[in-house]
Amino acid sequence: MGRFTNQILEIMSYFSEIYKGIKTLLTGMSVTGKYFLTSRKGAITQQYPDNRDTLKMFDRFRGEVIMPHDENNEHRCTGCQKCEIACPNGTIEIIWDRGLDEETGKKKKKIDKFVYHLSMCTMCGLCIDVCPTDAIKWGQNFENSTYDRTQLTRVLNEPGSKLKPGVED
Amino acid sequence: METPTVHSNFKSEEYFINMGPQHPATHGVLRLVLTIDGEIIKKVEPDLGYIHRSIEKMCERDSYQQIVHLTDRMDYLSANINNEAVCLGVENALQLEIPERVKVIRTIIGELTRISSHCLWWGVMGMDVGAITTYFYGFRDREMLNDIFEETCGARLTMNYNVPGGLMFDIHPNFVKRVKKFVAHFKTKIPEYDRLLTGNVIFQKRTKGVGVLSKEDAISFGASGPVARGSGYSCDVRKYHPYSALDKVTFNECLETEGDTFARYCVRIRELWESLSIVEQLIDNIPQGEHRVKTNAVIKLPKGEFYQKVETARGELGMYIISTGTKSPYRLKFRSPGFSNLSLLNHIAVGGKIGDLVATMATLDLVIPDIDR
Amino acid sequence: MNIVFGMTYILPWPLSIASEGTLSIVEMVVIALVYLGIFSVAGLFLVLMERRVAAWFQLRIGPNRVGFQGLLQTMADALKLVSKELTGTVKSDKFLYNLAPYFVIVTALMALAVIPFTKDFHAFDINIGIFFLIAVSSIGVIGVLLGGWSSNNKFALIGAMRSGVQTISYELSIGLSLLTMILITGTLQLSEIIEVQKNGWLIVQGHIPAIIAFMIYMIAGTAETNRAPFDMVEAESELGAGFHTEYSGMKFAYFFLAEFINMFIIAAIATTIFFGGWLSPFGITESIPWLGVFWFLLKTLVLVFLMMWFRWTFPRLRVDQLLTLEWKYLLPLNLMNIVLMALMVWGGLLIRF
Repeated sequence: MGRFTNQILEIMSYFSEIYKGIKTLLTGMSVTGKYFLTSRKGAITQQYPDNRDTLKMFDRFRGEVIMPHDENNEHRCTGCQKCEIACPNGTIEIIWDRGLDEETGKKKKKIDKFVYHLSMCTMCGLCIDVCPTDAIKWGQNFENSTYDRTQLTRVLNEPGSKLKPGVED
Repeated sequence: METPTVHSNFKSEEYFINMGPQHPATHGVLRLVLTIDGEIIKKVEPDLGYIHRSIEKMCERDSYQQIVHLTDRMDYLSANINNEAVCLGVENALQLEIPERVKVIRTIIGELTRISSHCLWWGVMGMDVGAITTYFYGFRDREMLNDIFEETCGARLTMNYNVPGGLMFDIHPNFVKRVKKFVAHFKTKIPEYDRLLTGNVIFQKRTKGVGVLSKEDAISFGASGPVARGSGYSCDVRKYHPYSALDKVTFNECLETEGDTFARYCVRIRELWESLSIVEQLIDNIPQGEHRVKTNAVIKLPKGEFYQKVETARGELGMYIISTGTKSPYRLKFRSPGFSNLSLLNHIAVGGKIGDLVATMATLDLVIPDIDR
Repeated sequence: MNIVFGMTYILPWPLSIASEGTLSIVEMVVIALVYLGIFSVAGLFLVLMERRVAAWFQLRIGPNRVGFQGLLQTMADALKLVSKELTGTVKSDKFLYNLAPYFVIVTALMALAVIPFTKDFHAFDINIGIFFLIAVSSIGVIGVLLGGWSSNNKFALIGAMRSGVQTISYELSIGLSLLTMILITGTLQLSEIIEVQKNGWLIVQGHIPAIIAFMIYMIAGTAETNRAPFDMVEAESELGAGFHTEYSGMKFAYFFLAEFINMFIIAAIATTIFFGGWLSPFGITESIPWLGVFWFLLKTLVLVFLMMWFRWTFPRLRVDQLLTLEWKYLLPLNLMNIVLMALMVWGGLLIRF
């Protein structure tokens, strides 16, 4: 008799297993089904090249290092080379010279070229962190692909630009 | 010795198969040399080195500020926790007093990083067992976190937000608001994860009893993180050696005893809840204060040896510095959780099918750059 | 046969003075070409539908660039595949390797011949319709086996072997679940099966056992087409791409297209057997016979959507669980179901309007 009831129980558990299995499958389908119906409102992907005009990166986004110039074509870089030392990858090269300061007439260090190799940059932010005069900043441009890798080597100070008066390190 | 009684044409043979370095289930450039008999796995030999970048050697060249950004590139899914490890190690060696604000923010971002890593893992886990849709649901939630990171730290993945002495800059004004929004959003999504995948009968059949790791083996192979906790080995660094603000919060260590793939899965799902609760406890009372302590421009550690361990999303990350008093370490060794966890793959995957290997590997949650460094 | 006869009047007159035998051959070729044209394009649109449906399940938008709302996307893909270089492995068995895709695509298209789209749009109405469908649709696996074997790739070989195991097992369930319904109709001819359903669709006529048979048929049919959750054969996270790892260009496109045409066929058979084929619900458009195509396609696409829903929700089974499911669950249930159905037909418990 006991064996018979055991068999009945086994058969019952066989069918309840099937029932539970189907139930879990339908639960899963209800989740995806819900998203199927509502997905057009909340697509998580971006239509990237189309939304270029409205796509704005966050202010702190690290796209590339830039050197802001004001309307008089003046930058704030004194050529102290702290960023060059702080950079782990040799991304920044400062070619400097000594020129006469107009105000004091003394010889003073000034940059000739601020060379930035974007191809070597890991966007760690140490150069910007260490800059005493806030001469360099993060730019939010993220479309950095080029056909030629030499284009990734940039001179950040614009031609003919000079140090903003009054900036000392 | 078994003697073949069948005709030699019908004798079954073992054969080799290369899983990787380009294979969808290895999540990177890991090569597994499998010895297979039909579908049954006889041996798994991991072959490493495809993404070795000699990070440890580069650390011997770099200053302590520069080392931090290299750790982003090890376990890139828990980048911020890796950064924290280096910073804590250097700060402890210098005996710097770190402001409370920094500690709390580090813990919050660390836990958010853990959630983000587990989100990706959940999606990939689903994909490895064949449910591709999970990948997108996991990424949807991860995307919110990445936005938070991007707004505050400036980068989505390799954040480099910590510096020895504190944080590179203060949190963004929107940070608290966004985190609260995320917590509320994610609380409704974890039950959905459960309904879609955890409860699914096929998923349970695929994972229960597969890749069983006993507690003794977990200890002897040096497993850590969710892999060890799935086998009932209590090893949470956050609990035993709390760092940053983790001693101020209450949370449970998630332990399962079965040690199979499903147990490891459950540990990670429960960790999502625990991390959320840690974030909730801290987010409302971030103390005011400085976000950074002034350090020397050139950090020189005192002569000696220093060890710091943290709990990343994959387990225990150790950082061991030997300093000779110069501006860069004499030797720096990372004890990466992925490497130890990978070492037990052969032990638990043998005897299973190819599908089992893939499911097992998914719950080991390997990040190959973490293994190769 | 209706189309074949109708064709005689359409053909230009020089052909009509040719001999009877030539004429019928020409007719067959024309019809074959028409079917080929229609269903290659239909297959491409099924691919598009799959991609759209998958995108909506996954909170994406899906293809929306080529043509209006991406309607020409798969056409562009097909064009790309045609123009691609055909690569292959060095030590592959060239003859079998090249033969395999044709096995798969030809059998898929062959099965279409007997499917009744309406009363008149029915190319080949033989009296063993269902038998023919089951027989032809299982030839496709030979192509898969050949492809996996001849590629000289171990991943492909594993995929092919899995496919053999899977198809042999699930053939049983497909056959038995259809047999359950044939107990009601008493005929294998598809047009007559639809005639029987004028008194109510078979899923209504046979109620409980018919619903069970339908569920079993859908599970086995999904397995038969090698789609997730039964995509052992491809299993991209385990085997890369499975049996068609080494195929490229148009040969790959054949495998791909065949998968979708097979899915359509499985859904079309289910429509014919369970849901009344081209019959409109409650006979609302009985007076307009050509609307049958609309009803037929509607029902079929709903079932195709169901299969896509499975695919984008469920994880994949392991190969031994696949066999457990068939031999321990589907087959016993199926046999019990047949007995139940036989008792019902014998006891006159069917629901007929």
